[in-house]
Amino acid sequence: MVAIEADRVWKYFGDYPALRGASLQIGKGSCMALLGRNGAGKTTLLRILANLSRPTKGEIKAAVGKSGIGYLGHGIGVYDDLSATENLLLFGELMGVADPKKSAAEALERVGLTRVKDGLAREFSRGMRQRLAVARAFLHRPEILLLDEPFTSLDDRAIAVLQSLLQDALASGATIVMSTHQIREAMELATDVALLERGKIVFSGPRAGEMVSDPTWLYRTYGESA
Amino acid sequence: MTGLSTAFAIARKDLRTEFRTKESLNASASFALVILVIFSFAFNLERDEFYAISGGLLWLVYSFAGAMIVNRAFSRELPNDCLDVLITSPAPGWAIFFGKALAAFCLLLIVEAISLPVFGLFYNIQWINAAGPLVLIILLATWGMTIVGAAFSAVIVNVRLRELMLPVLLYPILIPLLIAAMGGTTALMNGEGLSGDNFGYLRQLIVFDAIYTALALYMIEFILVF
Repeated sequence: MVAIEADRVWKYFGDYPALRGASLQIGKGSCMALLGRNGAGKTTLLRILANLSRPTKGEIKAAVGKSGIGYLGHGIGVYDDLSATENLLLFGELMGVADPKKSAAEALERVGLTRVKDGLAREFSRGMRQRLAVARAFLHRPEILLLDEPFTSLDDRAIAVLQSLLQDALASGATIVMSTHQIREAMELATDVALLERGKIVFSGPRAGEMVSDPTWLYRTYGESA
Repeated sequence: MTGLSTAFAIARKDLRTEFRTKESLNASASFALVILVIFSFAFNLERDEFYAISGGLLWLVYSFAGAMIVNRAFSRELPNDCLDVLITSPAPGWAIFFGKALAAFCLLLIVEAISLPVFGLFYNIQWINAAGPLVLIILLATWGMTIVGAAFSAVIVNVRLRELMLPVLLYPILIPLLIAAMGGTTALMNGEGLSGDNFGYLRQLIVFDAIYTALALYMIEFILVF
């Protein structure tokens, strides 16, 4: 069963085609690592899947509505002038969480921020802010998680928190799509892999053993230099 | 969560963060007071002449100060990419916009409430006798100014020179509203009521508010996701 699908998606920025007929099917309960070099179109595709941008041509089909999708982009997506609890309460309300107070307290506990729950986000260290962002993205237990470079610039603790949350999400049947350059971290979780090259999906399929043992194998086999 | 409760949650958040930082409130109130002081030195007029231009003076100040408030409506979402999180939430676009406009409306009313007594004092204008109808004009004109300003704030949120762009786009659209607000206020200051010919000012404000509120709420979904 398909959780989310991009069907021949094109996206132009002016005359430049960032996506050129990209088609991708992500099965329910799978974890798709979206790989590609800088400028390949990973962020553009994820933003279109997250409904942050409209495709110029083609369409997106998702098995769930917006309340079932969680998005963690390049920005942490939390308000600096609100406390950790206030941030999560607000997002809980926006996401339609049944008991925002309870969910916020649980999420803060999970990412190890209970001690500073009333502190303003602007006073947090970089690692703490990142953990708050992770708590925000997972707050409403989304069925589809769209993560754009989720491991980039995370500290060790935040990486551990994120990996544990992703494993739990997968175990509970959630679908994950993550764009990344950090192939080793991504391959630990990925069940499927897609490779984007200059706006086109040049490979999409289950993770193979070669991809884990040799991070460059996919690029050498299916990339433009292949 | 209904659209209206989402709008109130967003308005509460905007007001809370603004009262903590006082970024636009301090700038706008100080700007309004400085213009009032400068104008009081600039014009060497008799008392009757001040009454004749009182509406124009007051609404020039309010419209300049208002641009500073509405400009922040959407740009306050830029740090940490918070706008992306709002757009990916199930909250309808009109609710996000309405919440932001509501917060900007309250902030602008505070600036107006601070500067109105100073206006009376510096120009020796007795506005208190017409306080009731004046408040009605202020509420209607401020809402119109806020709704158009917040819509343009959303349009130019990703433009680099948005602080310069907003007045260029905003003031031409506000001309009918400012004509009505200035005319109505001058009539009130001169002891005339809002009945008879002067009722036209009120009607013009109501029609302006209705048209632009409906247009902005309808268009916002296309403005936010492009």
